[in-house]
Amino acid sequence: MRRKLPLIIAFGIGFAMLIQYFIPHPRSEAFYNVIVQQWFIIIFAFMYIFALRSFFMHHITKVKKKKEGYIFSAVAMVSVLFMLLSGLITSRGPFFDSLYNYMIAPLQGTMFSLLAFFIASAAFRAFRARNVQATLLLVTATVVMIGRVPIGDYLWKGMPALVEWVMTIPSMAAMRGIRIGVGLGAVATAMKIILGIERSYMGGE
Amino acid sequence: MGFWQRFLKLDRRWIFLGITVVVIIPLIKPIGLPIKPTKPVIDLFTYIDTLGPESGAVMVVTGFDPSTMPELMPMEQALLRHCLVKGIPVISLGGLYPAYIGMAKMAIDEVTEEFPDKKSGEDYVFLGFIPGVSAVILSIGIDIATTFGNDYYGTPIDSLPMMSSIMNYSDISLVVDVSGTSTPEYWLMYAQERYGVNVGVACTAVSAPAYYAFLQSGQFVGMLGGLKGAAEYEELMTRKGYPTGRRNATIGMDSQSLAHLLIILLIILGNVGYFIVRRGERKQGIIMRKR
Amino acid sequence: MIVMWIGLLYIFAQIPTTVVATTDSLSLSPPTNLKAIDTPNDRGESITLRWNLPEDLSSIEGYQIFRKSKEEALHLAGYAPMNKTEYTDELNIENNVEYQYQIRSLSPEGFVSKFSELSPPVVAYPQWFKKNEVNILIMVLIYLGLIVYFILIARKGKEIFLRRIPGLDALEEAVGRATEMGKPILYVPGIWPMDEIGTIAAMNILKPVSKKVAQYESRIIVPCIDPIVMNVAQQTVKEGFTEAGRPDRYNQDDVFFLTSAQFAYAAGVNGIMVREKPATNLFLGVFFAESLLLAETGNATGAIQIAGTDRVPQLPFFVAACDYCIMGEELYAASAYLSEDPRLVSSIKAQDWGKMAILISLFLGSILAIFGLRFILSWFSAG
Repeated sequence: MRRKLPLIIAFGIGFAMLIQYFIPHPRSEAFYNVIVQQWFIIIFAFMYIFALRSFFMHHITKVKKKKEGYIFSAVAMVSVLFMLLSGLITSRGPFFDSLYNYMIAPLQGTMFSLLAFFIASAAFRAFRARNVQATLLLVTATVVMIGRVPIGDYLWKGMPALVEWVMTIPSMAAMRGIRIGVGLGAVATAMKIILGIERSYMGGE
Repeated sequence: MGFWQRFLKLDRRWIFLGITVVVIIPLIKPIGLPIKPTKPVIDLFTYIDTLGPESGAVMVVTGFDPSTMPELMPMEQALLRHCLVKGIPVISLGGLYPAYIGMAKMAIDEVTEEFPDKKSGEDYVFLGFIPGVSAVILSIGIDIATTFGNDYYGTPIDSLPMMSSIMNYSDISLVVDVSGTSTPEYWLMYAQERYGVNVGVACTAVSAPAYYAFLQSGQFVGMLGGLKGAAEYEELMTRKGYPTGRRNATIGMDSQSLAHLLIILLIILGNVGYFIVRRGERKQGIIMRKR
Repeated sequence: MIVMWIGLLYIFAQIPTTVVATTDSLSLSPPTNLKAIDTPNDRGESITLRWNLPEDLSSIEGYQIFRKSKEEALHLAGYAPMNKTEYTDELNIENNVEYQYQIRSLSPEGFVSKFSELSPPVVAYPQWFKKNEVNILIMVLIYLGLIVYFILIARKGKEIFLRRIPGLDALEEAVGRATEMGKPILYVPGIWPMDEIGTIAAMNILKPVSKKVAQYESRIIVPCIDPIVMNVAQQTVKEGFTEAGRPDRYNQDDVFFLTSAQFAYAAGVNGIMVREKPATNLFLGVFFAESLLLAETGNATGAIQIAGTDRVPQLPFFVAACDYCIMGEELYAASAYLSEDPRLVSSIKAQDWGKMAILISLFLGSILAIFGLRFILSWFSAG
């Protein structure tokens, strides 16, 4: 029953939602509203309770056993509690906003900004004309990089139009091709789950 | 080891230093390269520019967190400014994930400071975050007031003057998702396909190629792609005489131009070194075989 | 006389807008052939109006739409721009109530034409089926039929060919390398929740990888960004170790929740890579901007890297920074490829047939559209 119940739920709800899509009647909409407005939203909200439990269990274990880097686990737990209590006590007031604007925002921005450096080193290492495909990739990347900034228009008036053509024709054609495959694959995987052939979401067979 | 062999093994920290230098210099001494708007940006700008106080609201959805703020915040602020200057009722949705609400608040606070005559609840409404992602998008199509209950400041939505004539998507002219993730596709799937509302997108440069397909099919009315898209929108605002704030995106374009040039230079030099080293290795191979 | 006309104008100006508001203009013509129907394929409470445009549009700004029922007198219910021939009335429409409509033209100066003919009574009601999307239903059913057909074929024992996927073939080599070096394997299952197909595919691959890790008596680290994914990953890894006959080697602390923030997760995983120095990094699932951060840091530590995602914009970064890259639907095919389960392999065959059908439709549709035959294109339109 432990294995069968999730399969029955997946099968029942999966097919019900598939059929519901084609029925515009208010009764069908009411069924959908119960699932979407009530069940989904409640499940999503409870997910965050699980997250906190897992987080603290992992880091408390690291601190207790004094594993390598356990100080950072302590810092992580203190930070989470501090943000949580700040938000609860000050009701998202100016202090909480300051923590977000002057600590979290710059930290996340800093991590994202690393991409600028990493793409330079990755491009230097990877964009070598080893074969025909690599050469094509290299030339296209160079043209698009120049054309996507104002200096491209400054160097040659036709550059933006060329880049626009690359983005809207060959690049989009390739994206569409991959997307069609991904779409069909997603439908097939969803059907395998609904039919009970794919059972990974239950954590193994 | 020859020069080119050493160059090909260049420590990546020298590359990082080079990027740092070329990004900082234009911020101190701007170059002022001209910005030429492209069609996807013009399409979105024109669509909003034809709207007015009576033509239904524009919903600006914040879909980014601080990591993509430098690229997407200028877009969001430009869109909000455009709506407020045209008197279009604007609903700022604080996002489908909790990390986005801070960005939405930052944007609305900074822009509304420039429009002291615009009032929350009358000219714009700021909605907070509720969990559910696709559930929220679908629920807005039924009733915004029921979905959210109160606005971000705790005021019941039913009591807001602006929302008396706005119930769901049928009262919204355009939804613009300012996003660093794949949420624009969710808006297409759940809002446009089901309820027929028009959707525009403002996204990172990395995501833009993926959305050209939707742009060409007309599913997106227009697109702002990357910092350049934001700079183009600021340029269009300037040409129309609308307020543009500091033009943050335009300021960043000089740095981006030089950074791109540096990367291209490194790629070219890397390939030159690659061919020289390979030719040298082949010659050595010939010499060794002759021996 | 003038006083009389002024008086008449004053009187007309007082008449409420629910009946007639402004002076009738002989130069304006109303739309003709007004038809009102229940809006099809909807939940009800909606009526669609269609009309023919007046001959002369030069003086027309738009059209005023009036509605009446047994409970309401004729009143202004909507407005349509000049070039429109259709309007959907959803304002306070009740199902199973008879409504009638009239329409008149409006000039920019505020002059109006005479009313059109009153439309016959129309009633709004909900439908039980979206007839305009029957083509989608048929295509979905055909595709499902293909999947079931190939599953039945596979059950009869017929062998189905799958082309080699180098990234998946390299998994065994990658795990073996880690064992030889005495270092762990890092498995990053993406940053999206369990309801995403890419994440499900990542869990599918985790099982055979865990089994191999257990067989080689190595160690696998799986940091998760979502608690539900973490729970599934823990069960999956445990099952993999159990199937390999080494449940004692399973360590629950190695499959853990890290954080739910994207770049905090990237920072955490980078820290794991720098401290633990795994010999093999597997990035499989849904990734966004953090993909290059992870891949480039892993490259700096000298690990062999296999990446796979269905997020097309991230593929170039993985191609540039990783040794092997599994693209798009290859990620979904991985569970079939690795397990060689006939039922799973057969569904990939159905996908290939589906793609072939789309390719043929695209080709034929484009050719026929040149000659004005758009019926193939209409098969793929929704609504």
